[in-house]
Amino acid sequence: MIRKALLLSATSAFLTLFAAGGHAEDRVVNVYNWSDYIDSSIIDDFTKKTGIKVVYDTFDSNEILETKLLAGGSGYDVVVPSANFLARQIQAGVFQKLDKSKLPNISNMWDVVSERTAKYDPGNEYSVNYMWGTVGLGYNVKKVQAALGTDKIDSWDVFFNPESLAKLKDCGVYVLDSPADIIPAALKYLGLDPNSTSSDDIAKAEEALLKVRPYIRKFHSSEYINALANGDICLAVGWSGDVFQARNRAEEAKQGVEISYSVPKEGAQMWFDQMAIPADAPHVAEALEFINYMMTPEVIAKSSNYVLYANGNKASQQFVDKALLEDTSVYPDEETTKKLYTVKPYDPKTQRVITRTWTKIVTGQ
Amino acid sequence: MSNIAATAAPSSETAAALPTRLAKGFVDRLVIIVPYLWLLFFFLVPFVIVFKISLSQTAISMPPYTPVLDFTDGVSGFLAGLRELNFDNYTWLTQDALYFNAYVTSLIIAGISTILTLIVGYPIAYGMARAPATVRPILLMLVILPFWTSFLIRVYAWIGILKPEGLLNQMLLSLHLISQPLVILNTYTAIFIGIVYSYLPFMVLPLYSSLEKMDYSLIEAAQDLGCPPTGAFWKITFPLSLPGVIAGCLLVFIPAVGEFVIPDLLGGSQTLMIGKTLWNEFFANRDWPVSSAVAVILLLVLTVPIMFFQQAQARAQEQGK
Repeated sequence: MIRKALLLSATSAFLTLFAAGGHAEDRVVNVYNWSDYIDSSIIDDFTKKTGIKVVYDTFDSNEILETKLLAGGSGYDVVVPSANFLARQIQAGVFQKLDKSKLPNISNMWDVVSERTAKYDPGNEYSVNYMWGTVGLGYNVKKVQAALGTDKIDSWDVFFNPESLAKLKDCGVYVLDSPADIIPAALKYLGLDPNSTSSDDIAKAEEALLKVRPYIRKFHSSEYINALANGDICLAVGWSGDVFQARNRAEEAKQGVEISYSVPKEGAQMWFDQMAIPADAPHVAEALEFINYMMTPEVIAKSSNYVLYANGNKASQQFVDKALLEDTSVYPDEETTKKLYTVKPYDPKTQRVITRTWTKIVTGQ
Repeated sequence: MSNIAATAAPSSETAAALPTRLAKGFVDRLVIIVPYLWLLFFFLVPFVIVFKISLSQTAISMPPYTPVLDFTDGVSGFLAGLRELNFDNYTWLTQDALYFNAYVTSLIIAGISTILTLIVGYPIAYGMARAPATVRPILLMLVILPFWTSFLIRVYAWIGILKPEGLLNQMLLSLHLISQPLVILNTYTAIFIGIVYSYLPFMVLPLYSSLEKMDYSLIEAAQDLGCPPTGAFWKITFPLSLPGVIAGCLLVFIPAVGEFVIPDLLGGSQTLMIGKTLWNEFFANRDWPVSSAVAVILLLVLTVPIMFFQQAQARAQEQGK
């Protein structure tokens, strides 16, 4: 999941230098979250309410965050990795258990989400959910109508069927440069277990992806937001919230570009971004206070309304904009939710096979 | 910068006054020791750390590899570790053609880009060196000025220029020079454009410094003796600017081999360069040992030929004297 992988890493490296310092008498919390992932007024409100200064810093790929955490001494107090990365990081001893007595707002959390995140973090001992979403299809309604004769996409078949994707080749197709998101989708489309680690199954997924490879313009995990918004491409396999950002940018630009997002009927991957505290965090008490504040229904609803992702806080739903709450591509209905699947982290050996397979799909070598 | 190729020539001056010579020698050494210390701390020590990691194995821990060759068990533990060393990560690199192909592709892309940068940069440097002395500082400033903007932003700007609906295509379309937008973005052409643009100052500056020092009366002499301008250029100007050419080429070639940002942003997904391979090993596979091995090999691929080249240069200069 390389999101805007480069643009911000330089700034974040720079800010870390400052984040590590801080005076003993000032209460500080060093937060490291995804870029474009919060309404910044929330941070100001938190400081006003608690007197704790927030040093807010952003990253754009799980890999960058993970590398900092594994190297140790990152100086961060709250980090927000995706759940499948979090699971492995817990094993590596990166995080500390959360003191639930300091987190009264945890009663607001939504069991539908907590049940699923427990697969990565048994008992949710190390993390609480921030936002969650799906991996699906973002498309330019008019261009798809012109190429395929329909303006409604509801199936992975549009992407994995070579005949259909060939028709979209000229108007442009982008795919996430993220094997952990795309290979499970291919397995699901083929009717196999999206969590399969068998090399036969992975080979089948590779074959399916190689068939459509000639029609894919680029594998990239962030450029599709602008490419969709500008009308440069007509289809992207991407993260739900990113596609909604593209939709909003297109609306603001008023160039007549109309973007839509679809959770394919065969099923889509559900991902979770989790707040956690590194084992060597310098300001644990402040970190717990920050996490507890983020679980306040009004606060997390404000964040969802801004970033357009669903959150894992049941009590917040009365404060979430009605349009967002009723949008089944953000908060899927019960029937769709049943079809959503989660992906477990790969063991190192499978990870190597997956990365190698992915290089072959992407570069042809 | 232009002296990269010209290794320190041994001073053959005869002893005039021993004490002053000794004192001078001490100061000289002190001056020389600073770069050596720099190399020790910022090159050799990091390299040894990377090399050490390349001999370990991955593990789910912090940091994500098994310790190797450390002194926690004392000297005997270190020696025992020494006997158990294995080079599995290096043999692994030979088992999959991927790594070899990535190295070769990177070298070819860097080579072509270097030649293109030289072709573009030489006339610029030549023009600057021949410009009136009052204008030269301004021209020099113009070459350096782009560095004041972030490198990333300048590379992003090229996306806006090269994309199908970008500035370049719009201009060519409106001039009716083309009827279909040119596909440049996400191809090798875009990578070459990006590298030539980004590294041009590194080529121009050493070229300029060697061309500026040139004695132009040599050209006048050649022309007086009936040598045509092109002949004078190839027989006098170019050979005299050779140290600048070599320095510029090395300054462009070496970083271009390991370039990651430009191929990632401007190149297509099919571009396989060693920088991306290294990124994959380090970040996607979390295999610090293998990525360290890739980095060590990359260093050898680059330094060994350059060392031979420098030796050959030094020998040629000795013979020239």
